This record gives sequence, structure tokens and C-alpha cells, in this order.
Amino acid sequence: MGLKILTEHINVPGIETLEVYRKHGGYKSVEKALKTMSPDEVVEEVKTSGLRGRGGAGFPTGMKWSFLAKPEGVPRYLVCNADESEPGTFKDRWFMEKNPHALVEGMITSSYALGANTSYIYIRGELLFVLRILEKAIAEAYAAGLLGKNILGSGYDLDLHVAPGGGAYICGEETALLESLEGKRGNPRNKPPFPAVKGLFQCPTVVNNVETIASVPWIVNNTGAEYAKVGVGRSTGTKLISASGNINNPGVFEIELGVPVEEFIYSDQYCGGIWNGKQLKAVVPGGSSVPILPANLILKTAAGEDRLMTYESLSDGGFVSGSMLGSGAFIVFDEDQCIVRNTWNYARFYHHESCGQCSPCREGTGWMEKVLHRIEYGHGHQQDIDLLVSVAKQIEGNTICPLGDAAAWPVASAVRHFRDEFEWHIKHPKEATAPGAVYRGQLDAVTA
Amino acid sequence: MAGDKIKMAETINEVKFSDAAMAEIQRYISHYPEGRHKSALLPILHIAQAEFGGWVSPEVMDKVAEILNIKPIEVYEVATFYTMFNLKPVGKHVLEVCRTGPCCLRGADQMIDMIKQKLNIEEGETTADGMFTLKPVECLASCGSGPMLQVRELYYENIDSEEKLDAFLEMMRNKEHETPTWKK
Repeated sequence: MGLKILTEHINVPGIETLEVYRKHGGYKSVEKALKTMSPDEVVEEVKTSGLRGRGGAGFPTGMKWSFLAKPEGVPRYLVCNADESEPGTFKDRWFMEKNPHALVEGMITSSYALGANTSYIYIRGELLFVLRILEKAIAEAYAAGLLGKNILGSGYDLDLHVAPGGGAYICGEETALLESLEGKRGNPRNKPPFPAVKGLFQCPTVVNNVETIASVPWIVNNTGAEYAKVGVGRSTGTKLISASGNINNPGVFEIELGVPVEEFIYSDQYCGGIWNGKQLKAVVPGGSSVPILPANLILKTAAGEDRLMTYESLSDGGFVSGSMLGSGAFIVFDEDQCIVRNTWNYARFYHHESCGQCSPCREGTGWMEKVLHRIEYGHGHQQDIDLLVSVAKQIEGNTICPLGDAAAWPVASAVRHFRDEFEWHIKHPKEATAPGAVYRGQLDAVTA
Repeated sequence: MAGDKIKMAETINEVKFSDAAMAEIQRYISHYPEGRHKSALLPILHIAQAEFGGWVSPEVMDKVAEILNIKPIEVYEVATFYTMFNLKPVGKHVLEVCRTGPCCLRGADQMIDMIKQKLNIEEGETTADGMFTLKPVECLASCGSGPMLQVRELYYENIDSEEKLDAFLEMMRNKEHETPTWKK
């Protein structure tokens, strides 16, 4: 099943306790980094590894770390983004719940690399039960001298705290997260200044996803060069994939980047195929905000090559025929799912979650929701399809933060690839709104 | 009018956090640097909601402002932004059902309809006996185990048939809330 960098010991009974975690090699990276490496050497290893941000954007982590400003006498912060809210994504929650010490270890080693003496894990408010698990692990780490003053006699001090959000998707955006962590509304900040210069409490700050931080210990223990050998091209290492939708084995899978999409969907090691013996209709491969692809385009690129689970392969063809790896939330649709209804559902989500600062997003997300609602419920007009495309285009790129893009892409891609399904809803409202009705024209075209 | 004012003052005086809650609040405040204690606002609102019947009243928010030594508006603007904070009284069990796409692929819409029918309430409403409030919410990061819902701190997953929903509701009718860990 491939190398397990993050999940090798995740099913060991008691792994959530310090004792069992250490028995399986836990906290080795803290000893190695603090006792034998300089902070810059840790940063270099992470750079060499090619590790990219696992929250969705895929930005090289080592580069992000090297942007951190280091003015004399000003504290620096590492903040872990555990606000996992992108629909389809549940890997971080699963990982923290099962193996909290792995995140704590990553936080210590990474904080040392960045010269942070206080770090925070910002976790979405709905996951208070996971916050309790993390706090227990942190208390154990303090008691063992792995946190606090003079960690393992190295002279390095670190305090680590967990802070809950309150139910707001937007706080997954790093500047909104920092606002929230300061006890304010989660309104994203204008950039520049970037968090690397002015972040938490106006001090230099790095914000990294849970999975990103949890990958650091392996890199420190085994070197960045070894990590870079895993995967394909610029998609190095392993990735946690949250698989959901109409499949036989929903759950979280750690894959070496480069597994063919077809294998991922149909192999019993992973999704185990489409449930109830049904056909595949479409996939959203990287969380609700990335473009949806019909069955033919998710399995093969427009050029006819096998699509792979990598950043590059999933985005092959741009937004014309490709999508994105995003957060690795792989949402599978069977033949009985309605694309119009799903698109309306996503539009409602983004409308609900827009913070309201930027007019194109505040007004545009609501407008798209309204138009999609009337198409879904049999009151659509022929011109509504172009209207949706036009509204999506006017939101995209015109907002402070990426929520606007995230709202526009699913709508634009659904219309691009499933236009005939939207037209069918508008032309045949009676048939389309009948209970259980699904448009099958597209599927027939694919399978013919 | 004067009588009204006096009555209101009394209500404010009634808002009193337990010692365990105050200790937990102080613990969160201690996580932040000098002068940045406002950062503890969200954790405190969670504690307040658990402490005062699952919602935060204006009086409770005023008390939170007093504890943090910030203006009441700084609490109101935050409590109204985040959807987890209930600003009106709620039933004993708030059923926070995920209504987002991935759960809908596995039957969340039908589950929400069944709940409405069985409890005879619409979204946002509370049953006449005060037992349940239905509050559909957005993605709870449990997409592989939908349909699912949250009540207070706990998740209830894979509720994918009428039998399972019936069993769940029956269990909840006889269930007291878990004691928050900080009260144990």
C-alpha cells in the first residue's frame, strides 16, 4: 500500500498516550532537532523535502518558512491551522483524534525551526472533543519535559496552546484565522503585509495546516532528500486523502502522491469502487471549491493520459479540462446524483460562509444561490445559465481572500461540464422536479 | 420605566459563572500575552454557552465583556458572527445536522426531512416539550460518515436509515448532557 509517513502507527492501541507514542519512535525528531541541528538546518531539510502546504493551496512549506521576518526582540509565532472546514475534508480531524502526539511533536520541531517560543493550534469550534484530546496530549508532553522551559535540556523554551473557533469556514483562511485567534470576527486582512511580517498580534507568524506540520518529524528523522524521493516530480511525499460520497469504503487514506485516479476509485485498498454497483458520474477531487470533473475527465486528461493523484496531473488542462488536488478531499458522485442540486448546495454553503466584507462575494454568492435554487426547483429561465457564468466571473479574482474564487469555481465548472443537465432542468421543469428524477444524457454520452 | 431598569439590573446580577467555569476561563486567558487577553473571547463564549443552557443571552455577553474588561459590543459582534453561538433560547438537545454536499450524497436531505416530520418542527424551531431544536449546519468534517449530526460536543455518525434515526432520537430523549471536562 505504499510508504506510510503519517499513519504507520495510527491504529496502534493507546497511540494517543505519550508512553505508547514514544515506544513507536515518537518525539525522536524533537531530540534530533533540538540537540543536533540548528533551526536553519531544520528549515533547509524541509526546503529540500519539497513538502507543500497540505491545507489546499500547495505552497512550498520550506519557502513559506524562509519568508518569516526575524526582527530583533520581536516574538515570532507558529500557528497550526486545524480549522478544517472545506466540505469533503475530514483528514485532519481524523488524524488529530487518533494520533494527537504526532501533531504536538510536529509543532515542537517546527516551532524550534522558526524560533517561536509560543505556538497555537487553532481548531474549529465544532471539534471541542478533539481539542480535549490535544490538550491531554499537550499536558503529557509538558510533564515529560517536551514542552515548557529548557526542553530536554536544550535551552529552547516553547509553550503550546489550543484555541477553538466558533463555526466559520472563513477562519480557514490564514488572516481570518489570525483575527479569530485574537478574539475578533473572522474577516480576512488585506495583504500585504503578509503574516510572515505582521501576523498574530502584529508579529511575524507562520500558519501551516495540521498535515503539513505532522509531516515535519519524518523529514527531520529521515532527511528532506529521502522525503523528496517519494511521489512524482514536484508532488513529493504522501498525502492524506479524505474519500467521501457514493463509494464502498469512505474514509481517510494515506497515499504516495502519484497513485492513478482510476486505481484510487476502484481498488479495494482505497475507495473500493462505486456503491451499489452503480456507475461513476463525476468527482470533485480536492474539496468543494475545486472544479468538478465528469467521469471521463477525472480518469484521463484531455490528452488521453491516465490522471494521477498529484498536484500537477489533477490540474492538467487548467480549468478547461482539469481541476486541483486542493485539500485532498475526494468527493465521488454516482449516476443518480443531480449536478444542479449539488451545485446549488455548494452555492448555499459559500453564501452562508461569506464574511461579507467584499461586495462581489457578499452579493454574488447569494445571487448564484438564488438562481441555482430556481433552476433546481423548476423555475429557471434559459438565460440563467449564462447569468451564472457571468456572476461567477465577476466574483473570481475580485475579493480580498480566496473565498470568492472558491465560490465561483464549482459553479463555473458545473456549467462548463454539465451544461446539458442545467438546460434539461430549465426546459423540462416537470420531469426534472419529479421525485428521484436524474438527468442521464451526459452519462450515456460518456459510456456510449 | 424605572421599574424595568431595576429588574434588568437584577437579571445581570444573576449571571454568575461557577468556580469551575471561572477557573477554565482564567486558564484560557493565561494562554495569551499581556494585554492580549481578548483572544480568549471565543473559548469563553463556548464555556458560557455550556454553563447557561446552550445559548448566550445579552446579559451573559455583558458578563463576558466585564470579565475580559472589553466593551459589550466587542462581544456582541463576535457572538453574532460565529454560527455556533445560539443567541436565542434552545431546546435541551440542539440537533446540528450537516446539510452540506458530501453528506447529502449519502442522504442528509432525507434525514433532515425525516427529523422535521417526526418532531413536527421546521429548521430553527424547538419542539413543544423543549426537548429538541433542529439546527441544520454546514460541513462538520465528517463527510465519510454521513448523514451525521452534532449535539453539544459529540458527533453521531452514519445515521442512514429511519430505524437508526428513531433509535437515536429515543436515546437522546433519555440522555443528560455530558459534563464538560473542566467540570469533572
